Amino acid sequence: METPEQEIAARRGWMGLLARAPAQRLAALLESAELPGFDWLRVPETGGVMVRGRMGGTGAPFNLGEMTVTRCALRLASGEVGHAHVQGRNRAHAERAALVDALMQGARADEMQSSVLAPLAAEEAARREGRAAKAAATKVDFFTMVRGE
Amino acid sequence: MYVAVKGGERAIDAAHEWLAEERRGDATVPELTVPQIREQMALAVNRVMAEGSLYDPDLAALAIKQARGDLIEAIFLIRAYRTTLPRLGHSAPVETTAMRCDRRISATFKDVPGGQVLGPTFDYTHRLLDFALEAEGEAPRARTSEPRREPTPRVTEFLNKDGLIQDEPRSDGTPPDMTREPMEYPAGRPLRLQALTRGDEGFVLGMAYSTQRGYGRNHPFVGELRIGAVEVEMEVPELGFSVCIGELTLTECETVNQFAGSKTEPAQFTRGYGLVFGQTERKAISMALVDRALRWEELGEEYLGAPAQDEEFVLAHSDNIQGTGFLEHIKLPHYVDFQSELELVRKMRAEAMGMASVKEAAE
Repeated sequence: METPEQEIAARRGWMGLLARAPAQRLAALLESAELPGFDWLRVPETGGVMVRGRMGGTGAPFNLGEMTVTRCALRLASGEVGHAHVQGRNRAHAERAALVDALMQGARADEMQSSVLAPLAAEEAARREGRAAKAAATKVDFFTMVRGE
Repeated sequence: MYVAVKGGERAIDAAHEWLAEERRGDATVPELTVPQIREQMALAVNRVMAEGSLYDPDLAALAIKQARGDLIEAIFLIRAYRTTLPRLGHSAPVETTAMRCDRRISATFKDVPGGQVLGPTFDYTHRLLDFALEAEGEAPRARTSEPRREPTPRVTEFLNKDGLIQDEPRSDGTPPDMTREPMEYPAGRPLRLQALTRGDEGFVLGMAYSTQRGYGRNHPFVGELRIGAVEVEMEVPELGFSVCIGELTLTECETVNQFAGSKTEPAQFTRGYGLVFGQTERKAISMALVDRALRWEELGEEYLGAPAQDEEFVLAHSDNIQGTGFLEHIKLPHYVDFQSELELVRKMRAEAMGMASVKEAAE
C-alpha cells in the first residue's frame, strides 16, 4: 500500500511527463486504446503562466515572462477526476493528458502505465540522453604543452 | 479648416492585399512553413519569444512568417496576442542549478567541475560564408560522447562558499509585475530584471557595451554562462500540490565583477545576472552587465552620470514595442496638428513683417 506522499509523488511524475510529451506522440499512443466517456469539470482553456526566475539564480524571485499553457479537468463515469496543465495551446493534448490522469487512478492504471507512460518516459529519457551525449562531445579537454623536455 | 476623415478604406485594403502578395514573394519559390521557421530560424524564434515575453516557439515562428522576418513587428504580434491570454497563474521560480546544460562555460575558472562544455556555438567559427549551405545536402549529425548525468554546479557557489562574492539570499516573496501595474521609479531590482529580459537586444547590448567603454565601468568577468532545459513547476490549487507544466530552454549568465567592501566589511566580488528565454547568449551577457551597472546605489558606488547607471533612462527606453509605437505613430496622419502649426508660423511671420513695415514707415 502506498502512502499519500508516495501517491502524490507518483501522480506528479505522470502529470509532468504528460505535460512535456509531444502532443502527437501522446495521441498516437492512445489511438488503439478504448477511451471512456467523461463529463467536463473545466473545458480546455489556453492561457498564460508567468514564469519566475531567481536573482543570481538562487536569490529572490522576479518575473521572467509568460508561457502558454492549456488546462482542463474532467470526471469519468466511474468517478475518477483527471486534471491537466500542459505546455502550449493544444486542447486535445490537455484532454488526453487529463484522461490518462483519471485512468491512472482506477482499474486501468497498469494498462496506461505500460502502453502510454512507459513509452513516453523512455522516449523522453532517450531525447535527454541524446542531447547530453552531444554536449559531452563538446567538452574541452585541456592539456598543457610541456617545454624543454 | 476641413479634414478628410473618410476615403482611406479602399487604399488600405489594396495595400494589405499587396502586402500579402509581397510576403509570399516569388510564387515559383516554395513557400516557407511555420515548422521550417521554428526549426531552422531557431535563434530568431528565440529572440521573438524573449522580447515578446511569451514562450511558445510555434507562435513565434508564425509571427516571424507574418511579419516577413521583421523581428520587431513579430514581437509586436506576440505582445498583442499575449494580452488576449487569461493569466492562469505563476510558476515556482525555475531552478537553473538543475538545468540540463547544452552549453556551459566559465571565463574565470579553467578546471571548473562539470567542465567547459561548448555546445552548439558560433564561437571559434571563422565567420566565412559557407556556400555549401546553398545546396541541399544530407542532414548533418553531431558526434556524441559519454553523457554527464549529475547536475552541473554553479561557479558562483564556489566563490560564495569562501565568502569571496556577495551572497544572493534566497527568499520567496511575490515579485512586482510590470505587466500588471504601471512602472514606477525607483523600480528596484526584480522589476529591472523583468524589463531587461524582455528589452530590445540591440538596446541592452548598446547599454552593456557603453559600460565596457567606460561609461560606468564595472569590470565584468563571465563567471558562468549556461544554456539548457529547465522544468517549470506550478502550484495547482485544485490539486493541493505543484506539478510540472512544461520545459523551457533558457540562457543564464552570471558575471563576477569588481569589489565592494568597506572599513567594516572585507572586499568581495559583486554580481550581475542575466536570464533570458531561449538560446540568447548575447542578450543574457548584456543583461548581466546592465543589471550590475544599475546596482550602483545598493553597492555604495558613485553615480557617475553614465547612461547605464540611470534606471529610468534604461528601463523607459529598453522596450522596442513602446519605442517603435511612439516613433512610428508620427508617420500617421497629423493633418490637424500640422495645420495649427502652419497657421501659427504664418501668424508669427505676418506679425514680424508687420512690425518691420511699421518700423520702416517710422524711419
